[in-house]
Amino acid sequence: MSEADFDYADVQGLVRFGYGRLKSASYSLLRIKNAAAAREWLRDKLQSHAITTAVKGNSLPTTALNVAFTSSGLTELGFAEVINGFSNEFIAGMTQESRSRQLGDIGANAPSGWAWGYAEKEPHLVVMFFAEKEPFDVFVQNSKGAAWKEAFHEIDSLPTADLGGFEPFGFTDGISQPEIDWGQQRESKDIQPDYTNIVALGEFLLGYRNEYTKFTERPLLEADATTNELLAALDAPGKKDLGRNGTYLVMRQLEQDVRGFWQFIDEQAGGEAAERDKLAAAMVGRKTDGEPLVPIQKESIPGIDQDQASKNQFTFDDDPAGVRCPFGAHVRRANPRNADFPERPANVLKKLITMLGFGPDRFRYDLISSVRFHRILRRGREYGSELLPEQALQPAPPNEQPRGLNFICLNANISRQFEFLQNAWIASTKFSGLRGESDPLLGNREAILGCPAAGDFSMPNEGNLRSRLSDLPQFVTVRGGAYFFLPSLRALHYFAASRNP
Amino acid sequence: MTPQSNFMVLAPIIPERESDLRKVLDSMNDGRGRVNPNNALIPFAQFENLHFARLLILDDNSLEDRAIYGLRSDFPLQFAFLGDIDGEEETFLKELAQSAPEGLRRLFSCCCDFDPGCDLLVWMKRHRSPAIANFVNCRGRTVRRIREEAQLQETLDRYVADNATTPGHMSPREVHAKLSEFVAAEKSAGRLMLSGETPTPIAWWIGNALHMICLPLLVLLASPLLLLALPFYLVRMRYLEKTDAEICPKVDRAHSEMLAEAEDRFVTNQYTAFGSRKPGLVRLLTIVGALSVVNYAARHITRPGHLGRIRTIHFARWVFLDDKERMVFFSNYDGSVESYMDDFINKTGFGLNAAFGSAIGYPRTRWFLFDGCADERKFKNFNRRHTIPTQVWYKATAYLGLTAVDLDRNSRIRKGVERLSMSDAEASEWVALL
Repeated sequence: MSEADFDYADVQGLVRFGYGRLKSASYSLLRIKNAAAAREWLRDKLQSHAITTAVKGNSLPTTALNVAFTSSGLTELGFAEVINGFSNEFIAGMTQESRSRQLGDIGANAPSGWAWGYAEKEPHLVVMFFAEKEPFDVFVQNSKGAAWKEAFHEIDSLPTADLGGFEPFGFTDGISQPEIDWGQQRESKDIQPDYTNIVALGEFLLGYRNEYTKFTERPLLEADATTNELLAALDAPGKKDLGRNGTYLVMRQLEQDVRGFWQFIDEQAGGEAAERDKLAAAMVGRKTDGEPLVPIQKESIPGIDQDQASKNQFTFDDDPAGVRCPFGAHVRRANPRNADFPERPANVLKKLITMLGFGPDRFRYDLISSVRFHRILRRGREYGSELLPEQALQPAPPNEQPRGLNFICLNANISRQFEFLQNAWIASTKFSGLRGESDPLLGNREAILGCPAAGDFSMPNEGNLRSRLSDLPQFVTVRGGAYFFLPSLRALHYFAASRNP
Repeated sequence: MTPQSNFMVLAPIIPERESDLRKVLDSMNDGRGRVNPNNALIPFAQFENLHFARLLILDDNSLEDRAIYGLRSDFPLQFAFLGDIDGEEETFLKELAQSAPEGLRRLFSCCCDFDPGCDLLVWMKRHRSPAIANFVNCRGRTVRRIREEAQLQETLDRYVADNATTPGHMSPREVHAKLSEFVAAEKSAGRLMLSGETPTPIAWWIGNALHMICLPLLVLLASPLLLLALPFYLVRMRYLEKTDAEICPKVDRAHSEMLAEAEDRFVTNQYTAFGSRKPGLVRLLTIVGALSVVNYAARHITRPGHLGRIRTIHFARWVFLDDKERMVFFSNYDGSVESYMDDFINKTGFGLNAAFGSAIGYPRTRWFLFDGCADERKFKNFNRRHTIPTQVWYKATAYLGLTAVDLDRNSRIRKGVERLSMSDAEASEWVALL
């Protein structure tokens, strides 16, 4: 199938677009008060084609609306019987205690202190509004319509801010995104000897082959009158695939202590602006304008277009000692840009030697999992007002409003994608042979039993001892979060259909 | 070199005493998944040669699967106590029996045929359950050595942090020389200890050499016969692969959550998987052959610190139960179970298929090494279903917060300190470890 033939009309737009041109957005976190009214609201949105799809029209949209449900939301809506077909992490939710340990949601990040997402503040659904600045409020009001108040109780409405392409710390945001293989052209079964930015469709949409060329867990229903509209499962033609063209949406509200970040770095830099920028860039792995710390390579990388080359055409292969970009830098953790083998195996013998563990005897050789199984699509937006680094060095005025990121990511397998990444790469103090440091931006600095150190940041130097920062404070605090299912349009129709009580 | 060895005591539980045993085991913990290292029954922390230990009730979740092959499933619950140690098994069991007799008696009294008046050591030896295959991350790396090397690393770390400005102008070789000098001074002041290797026990050395020769010799001697049998074996094997049932239902949420409660408490986790072997001679020969090769490779071939490409496993072992009808796999690995499984699937899938493909319900393999776990979802479902809870798990307090990769780094630092001179490249690499 070619890319153009894909049934984009069945996919909610957020999978394909970030709606970057629609500068205003907000996320309504809702609990269902009245299931019948909620279904009616949804039906109305579907009938009026208000829910935006991934179809690329001739003109750019001026508004967009997407909807996603938590597992308790689907139960509340009257679909308890389909829940079991979803993945266990979606069913159990983000706030399960063992999961919190894995995600680093302990200490100040603990769900019990969240503004939303925990206990009675767990949302049933999120409605995401996007529009151009002018008509935004009108658009939101119209989208809500008459049934809204009867159907939902609003836990929170998360505002977003347009910081001109920067995240609150002041770095260019959202540069690196995987390229979805909509046409399912890539032969992903083969071992990937080189880093590629093209990722199997099944990693981001349920119902298609993933990087293992297999299908991810999702509800397959019996064919009957109620499931008539759903597509058949590609791997089980007799069944109706409720997941097909849908995906999981992970949402986390991450509050950023911008003053704390810059003031800490300024102190470490002894007040020197150039040194301050250097340290901050080392922690992020990019300069504030997005320029990576390792050089751009000549060879192109599949899935990275020419216009992105200056920011994205690189891997860390030529920086094995981490002297250009520290191992612990945020972007190196979040996307190590590696392939299935640590070094391109020149022949079968070399491959065998590596497979049996007889590759080069270097300390850091082959420590990181192949990244293609752990990619996510990021769709988050910032909130709060802009604060430039120079301003951030000043003490906070009274009643300063919080700022941060409403992190959103899409993935077909929450445990292998978002959770793995957050656990093994971001939160782990042992990533890539490091000892006692979590992600310099996102880490919670909480000690693990028997392993006290978590607040370092190491910067290797060529042929010399590493430089390091110690006692990093926590810069980012989790304020809320939940796992949602972002259904296909067909699945939304299924959920909107009248149910017998 | 002090070689590592292991022990496992296995005995059927008196059915009426099971709940009592569970209570006693719980009393050894501070909380779910967290043992009290100084608990009154077996104060693990006292044993300086003990790397890992676990006590658990071997409760097979998948017994019902045996019915599809018409196999019996009336096995009694068994209690297992196992550990990984420095030195001889017998020496350790003796020390154990002397140091914790009351605790051991309290535990073993829940087992069949335990006579309160018996000699503990004799009883434990009678209930030994040796492993068919065994993996030690780094042979010769004792708890003591780990502790000393960790102290070395910490001492150097502090020194470097306190003198951060001084080495800035030095070449890597000068840094190495200066730090070696500092370490020597610390050692002679008695603040740092780096014990030398103890002589390798001669009996172990001979046994190891014989073991090294035996398997290849055996294969060589039997090769005419093996070659003759090979076509028949392959045909039969392939037929079985195509027809055996896969049993990989979606993971039971309550079961998985119960396991998760004990996981991710430390940087290292424990893992116990329990299941049945597929019946028949071909499957028996296959699994015995595969595990013999794994065992042989782990003992004589693999590079220290590596199980194939995997560097996160401290100790692992495969044990047959009930006359090879059932098998248990135990391991101690770093990181979360998700990353552990991904590592196995992506890096050593062929090994996983060889070692577990003979288990009832395992995802369909192709020619013994291929496919199988490459179906990630099926494999993860299979795996989680066969994972059983470990009631008590101990990791040496001397390195509770250290991963296998940490231990590797510390050993490399130590090796460097003990070298008189290095090339520039070697010195650069060494300095980068600090």
